[in-house]
Amino acid sequence: MVFRDALDSGKFLITAEVGPIKGTEIAGLLEDAELIKEKVDAINVTDLQSSVMRLGSMAVCHILKDRGIDPIFQLTCRDRNRLALQSDLLSAWVLGIRNVLALTGDHTTLGDHPEAMPVFDLDSVSLLRVIGRLNEGFDMAGNQLKGSPDFFPGAVVNPGADNEAALEMQIIKMERKIEAGARFFQTQGIFDLDLFERFIKRIEGLKIPVLGGVILLKSAGMARFMNKNVAGVFVPEPLIKEMEETKDKVKTSVKIAAELIKGMKHLCQGVHIMAIGWEKRVPMVLEEAGL
Amino acid sequence: MIVAEIKPFAEIKDMLQDYNKVLILGCGSCVTVCMSGGEKQVELSASSLRMARKIEGKEITVGERTILRQCDPEFIDRINEEAARYDAILSMACGAGVQAVAERLGSIPVLPAMNTTFIGVSNGQGMWVEVCAGCGDCILDKTGGICPVARCAKSLINGPCGGSQGGRCEVSKDFACVWQQIYTRMGKLKLLHFLKGVTRPKTKPVHPRRMVEKI
Repeated sequence: MVFRDALDSGKFLITAEVGPIKGTEIAGLLEDAELIKEKVDAINVTDLQSSVMRLGSMAVCHILKDRGIDPIFQLTCRDRNRLALQSDLLSAWVLGIRNVLALTGDHTTLGDHPEAMPVFDLDSVSLLRVIGRLNEGFDMAGNQLKGSPDFFPGAVVNPGADNEAALEMQIIKMERKIEAGARFFQTQGIFDLDLFERFIKRIEGLKIPVLGGVILLKSAGMARFMNKNVAGVFVPEPLIKEMEETKDKVKTSVKIAAELIKGMKHLCQGVHIMAIGWEKRVPMVLEEAGL
Repeated sequence: MIVAEIKPFAEIKDMLQDYNKVLILGCGSCVTVCMSGGEKQVELSASSLRMARKIEGKEITVGERTILRQCDPEFIDRINEEAARYDAILSMACGAGVQAVAERLGSIPVLPAMNTTFIGVSNGQGMWVEVCAGCGDCILDKTGGICPVARCAKSLINGPCGGSQGGRCEVSKDFACVWQQIYTRMGKLKLLHFLKGVTRPKTKPVHPRRMVEKI
């Protein structure tokens, strides 16, 4: 079952994520994807994550598709103007890519080419509208396409925005994304289920599927680093302590992730697992979570 | 106002190395207000230049003049005769001023003493901040008088990205997330309902732009 149908079926969804590396060596990434492909409904492929120059999302999505995996093509507004975004979408479609996740993208100054020109000709909301227009057979300028795609567009939201104004603006933007055509949402990594539950209650009326983000903690240091540097991610102190005191980091990490997933089962439509290099551990996490 | 910063002195000195009679021309408008290119800065630059040349043992005649607006031909024409006595003009104006003076004086090289940076306002603490991008398609009515095109690092017009932390921008903690400022202002104005609905992408300006006088 492809991702779109799985979402319609009402089952609890599982998506995972792979990040292309800097270079052409893709054996490791494909090995990871093979390991998890039977367990997940789709795999996101990140688009120059953290604004670091890497192998592209479209090529990797295409390769995953050839291997029987339904990819979610992450597309950011950072590096392409409206011509390139539309053209890449058409290219992705003819390469068999069916799901797109529309993102703003990190700023270029945060990456390894900080001198690069940030484009941001469109924003994620406008990009979702453009995807809708292409689906209807027209480009952004209103010109008719000869053959059109039928993408399944999604978007992201950050439920952990750290103050009321920020969270309220995240929800207002989420509404704009839905109005612009988003059909599903994946969230930033969640570590506090109470906070996530409050967020879910606030957006209940929007009637849109949400896949809660799950990040695999590799160490206490990683948790502290994220708390300081990754917007919207907050690992509570008890979890950090647990990671610090454990003799078996993998086992504890898997246990924490599995508990988060179990907690999300009755809150949202699925989970999006960001293993960040620990993709091989995703099957263990899912097993422990009873999925 | 247009905000400009004076270039490093070494760069200015190099620029002028082949000239021995230089008129330093200040501008009495924006750069005087942002304290980078007015009468006082002309005086300071002139003494630095004289001193540097003295150390090098290379003589120089430095003139000092400030006109009200270097971007206005009317004011430039008043210094035609004076300018003719020099072999270069060092303009302490924004890029528009430098170009207008160069155009008007024609036969004398006009060199920039400043780097023109942005359209901004003073924050009241000796700092000027960018507030307008001159995009040609103003949406301040929808954003509580706070411009996300100029003040969001990504120029996002439909709300914030997910990158702000503690109300600060992901690009630099020196800046507040402008969308949080917009939200707060709209709340005060009781206009939060304005934040609903999608803002259409902007038409990007094609350079050079122009404006025709409308009578």
